[in-house]
Amino acid sequence: MAVILDLAAQGGQMLLVLALAPLLTGFVRKVKARLLMRKGPPLVQPYRDLFRLVRKEAVLADNASWLFRVAPYLIFAATWVAASLVPTFAGGLMFSWSADLIAITALLGSARFFLALAGMDVGTSFGGIGASREAMFATLAEPAMLMMVFSLALLAGSTQLSTVSSLMHSPDIGLRVSLALALVALIVVAIAENARIPVDNPATHLELTMVHEAMILEYSGRHLAVIEFAAQLKLLLYASLIACLFVPWGIAKSGAGLWPLAIGVGAYIIKLAGLGLLLALFETSIAKMRVFRVAEFLGIALMLGLLGTLLLFVSRSL
Amino acid sequence: MAVHLAIGCVSVLLLVSVLGAALARSRHATTLVYLACLVVSLTASANGAITVRGEAASSSIALPLGLPWLGAHFRVDKLAGFFLTLVNFGGAAASLFAVGYGRHEISPGRVLPFYPLFLAGMNLVLLADDAFSFLLSWELMSLASWALVMSHHTEGDNVRAGFIYLVMASFGTAALLLAFGLLAGNEGDYLFAAIRQQRHADLVSGLVLVLVLVGAGSKAGLAPLHVWLPLAHPAAPSHVSALMSGVMTKVAIYGFIRIIFDLLGSPQWWWAIVVLVAGATTAVLGVLHAVLESDMKRLLAYSTVENVGFVFIGLGLSLAFAANGLSAAAALALTAALLHAFNHMLFKSLLFFGAGAVLHATRERDIERMGGLIHRMPQTSVVVLAGALAISALPPFNGFVSEWLMFQAVLASPSLPQWGLKLLVPGAGAMMALAAALAAACFVRLYGVAFLGRPRSDAARDAHETDRWSIGAMGALASLCLLAGIFPGLLIDALAPVVAPLVGGRMPVQSAEPWLSIVPISEGRSSYNGLMVFVFIAISGFGAAFAIHRLSTRATRRGPAWDCGFPDSSLATQYSAASFAQPLRRVFATTVFRASEHVDMPVPGQTRAALYLARVHDVVWDALYAPLAIGVDRLAGLLNQAQFLTIRRFLNMVFVSLVLLLLGLAIWP
Repeated sequence: MAVILDLAAQGGQMLLVLALAPLLTGFVRKVKARLLMRKGPPLVQPYRDLFRLVRKEAVLADNASWLFRVAPYLIFAATWVAASLVPTFAGGLMFSWSADLIAITALLGSARFFLALAGMDVGTSFGGIGASREAMFATLAEPAMLMMVFSLALLAGSTQLSTVSSLMHSPDIGLRVSLALALVALIVVAIAENARIPVDNPATHLELTMVHEAMILEYSGRHLAVIEFAAQLKLLLYASLIACLFVPWGIAKSGAGLWPLAIGVGAYIIKLAGLGLLLALFETSIAKMRVFRVAEFLGIALMLGLLGTLLLFVSRSL
Repeated sequence: MAVHLAIGCVSVLLLVSVLGAALARSRHATTLVYLACLVVSLTASANGAITVRGEAASSSIALPLGLPWLGAHFRVDKLAGFFLTLVNFGGAAASLFAVGYGRHEISPGRVLPFYPLFLAGMNLVLLADDAFSFLLSWELMSLASWALVMSHHTEGDNVRAGFIYLVMASFGTAALLLAFGLLAGNEGDYLFAAIRQQRHADLVSGLVLVLVLVGAGSKAGLAPLHVWLPLAHPAAPSHVSALMSGVMTKVAIYGFIRIIFDLLGSPQWWWAIVVLVAGATTAVLGVLHAVLESDMKRLLAYSTVENVGFVFIGLGLSLAFAANGLSAAAALALTAALLHAFNHMLFKSLLFFGAGAVLHATRERDIERMGGLIHRMPQTSVVVLAGALAISALPPFNGFVSEWLMFQAVLASPSLPQWGLKLLVPGAGAMMALAAALAAACFVRLYGVAFLGRPRSDAARDAHETDRWSIGAMGALASLCLLAGIFPGLLIDALAPVVAPLVGGRMPVQSAEPWLSIVPISEGRSSYNGLMVFVFIAISGFGAAFAIHRLSTRATRRGPAWDCGFPDSSLATQYSAASFAQPLRRVFATTVFRASEHVDMPVPGQTRAALYLARVHDVVWDALYAPLAIGVDRLAGLLNQAQFLTIRRFLNMVFVSLVLLLLGLAIWP
């Protein structure tokens, strides 16, 4: 019985992230529109977009290779696996031990690797510019993320997300300087990785500053749908990560009954809504920065992460 | 028993070398020599693996060769067994590749005799059990590889590369010679068994550490002694480049482990600082060079420098833990280092083979003149992609596993009591993370520019797929990269008997873990399951593709590229390697390499072309080697005058030096 419930919780998580990812994107768009005194598209618009794209025929550039066609599915798979390993409504899921936080970071790295390659496949200038800038961002964002992971892992004595999350839930964690630094680093990384303002603008095309959109410019039809879906999953993943690490309340313990699980789902949705709201607020109140300022922005995250780790090496109580 | 077989393999290799010299002009010599090397290497590799798994701790033999009062001692223990496996497996892969690739060699007479000799030299270094045979084998390895570097001496800058290699190799050997002199102590017993018994003063052992770091480090490519490596490794034929980068650097790492972990006795904690700083600097410096490089083989050589840095970070951590008696953590760090050495052998050999295949197909080493090879070389492009994923430390490939273990070792280090280490280890961890991220960018750039996009030259447009032998060798390595990433527990368990005698501890038994996951310290701390990640990715990727194709449409149409509505058929609009590296150069290299950009725009009305210049300086060369070369030149100029002295003055000089030496002896306590 317990095994079945565990399996159901894991399966439920995998489906829940799939189901919620477009909704979160739609929600952020809606809030942003309202903040700008526009009506905005309906919440379900991302679902409609995805379904429309999937039904369309895919147009490939003449010299697109097999890698161009395979990459969307690989990107999606790596992102989905990573997203289903982050505790959302329940901790200690059945497969959570198969990859820790470092591995989740690396899985996202795999997805980015293929995305950048796909951007370079057709041999256009836009694809190259996107890939090159994405590579530059990643070289700073990934170490910053790992330093953040180090801080948490030193506190929890584990890199396993469920363990870290339950420690953050426990009363003996308290307020710490290193945690604050880690939180800031994580938020900066999340903004950069999800191509949000001020690093990149998810709403623009035809602008020289674009990064993520430039890489996927040649995609259409089902391939584009899968990539867009993966991007939405990634946003959800980072939101879940922030939620499970820094707002861990309501996450059901492993082996808990149905009722805590239901509470967990409810709490999770509320947390997502809150984070989406904050993201929209942040994005509407700030201007996009120049590409080469991003390096400094991410460099700050890296330094904060390193500082947090150093503090913990000096004393576990900081 | 093992040692007899290993010596037998070396003798056969020496015979094959003679055979290669004799038959070099024959038509079948290439196939014959490489097939023979393949068989011998596979045997020696299996022999090493059996030694590691076997009951016996070691087996030794003394041959009446070399110095009359010393003889030549050879011994195979677990450490040597592991490195025998690694070295000969790399040798076997290179030989298999070369059966096909070697046929294109213009002057086989310059390669065939030295290739088996090089393999024999590396084997002998691993087998040596006294300082004399060790140094002799070390020199044999260096000289044989130097001969191979010089085999294409008419091309480009290869003569200079060979000269710098020779100088650095002699310098390294001299440092090792001094280290052994210190280790042997006053009795001067050069048997390793006798050296192990010696107790050294702290100062002496510190000096030995530095000398070994210089001696073995110069061979492995440790900064700032790495300058020869990106010149010499690419100069050799590609299968030899693979051997030098993937395998010979590991022999150097073996030398370091043998002397520091085995011969020198219990470590001091500050040794770890020296090794960690050297490793972290090397890793970042190597990958920064690699990310800016556009010569395919040189890029790979710089990436070797980076990976050697990783291995040394692991060794440094292991020393730190061992010095504080934390044997489990020391075993974790050492296992991570050895595993990374093994993994690097797999994927770096693979990538150099790929570079060789591309070099043969396009006659180009510059990625700026490649592009679109994925269409012309479909099989090579798949295996090179696997290699690129593995070296970028991406799951589920093997490079990720060893770096993951390394990170776990970093996370185990707050228990170290010394403040110096407490502050240094997180810094080394950050450097490692930075280097890993830069490596991924570097290989996106390499693969994206060389294999994807549109062909940038006629040679790339007319490229052709390589031969079956080469594909076979690369395919085998690529599958092993994946397998080692999916089942890392097997390798970790196999390393346990190697690590245990060196640091007195071992990692938890991985085969006892459920579902083949790996656990670095204990259950509940951290675990990773490569198999599960691989299966998950495969299922969800295929599932998504299948579902979409089945439930929706799989209609596909080809059309011209979209490119935001302004497709430009000119190849000049394509992103190049230099433009891909530009953001990275601006962010990282401005301070480290004093990178500068110079734009000269004609004013409106002028018709001349605009000029864009990007300059990058090799800081190590400018700050260390260039002044050194000038200094040596000046000194030589000064001493040159001594050539023209009269006989009277020469005799005077001899007399004075004799008196001085005698005085020295008299004063010596």
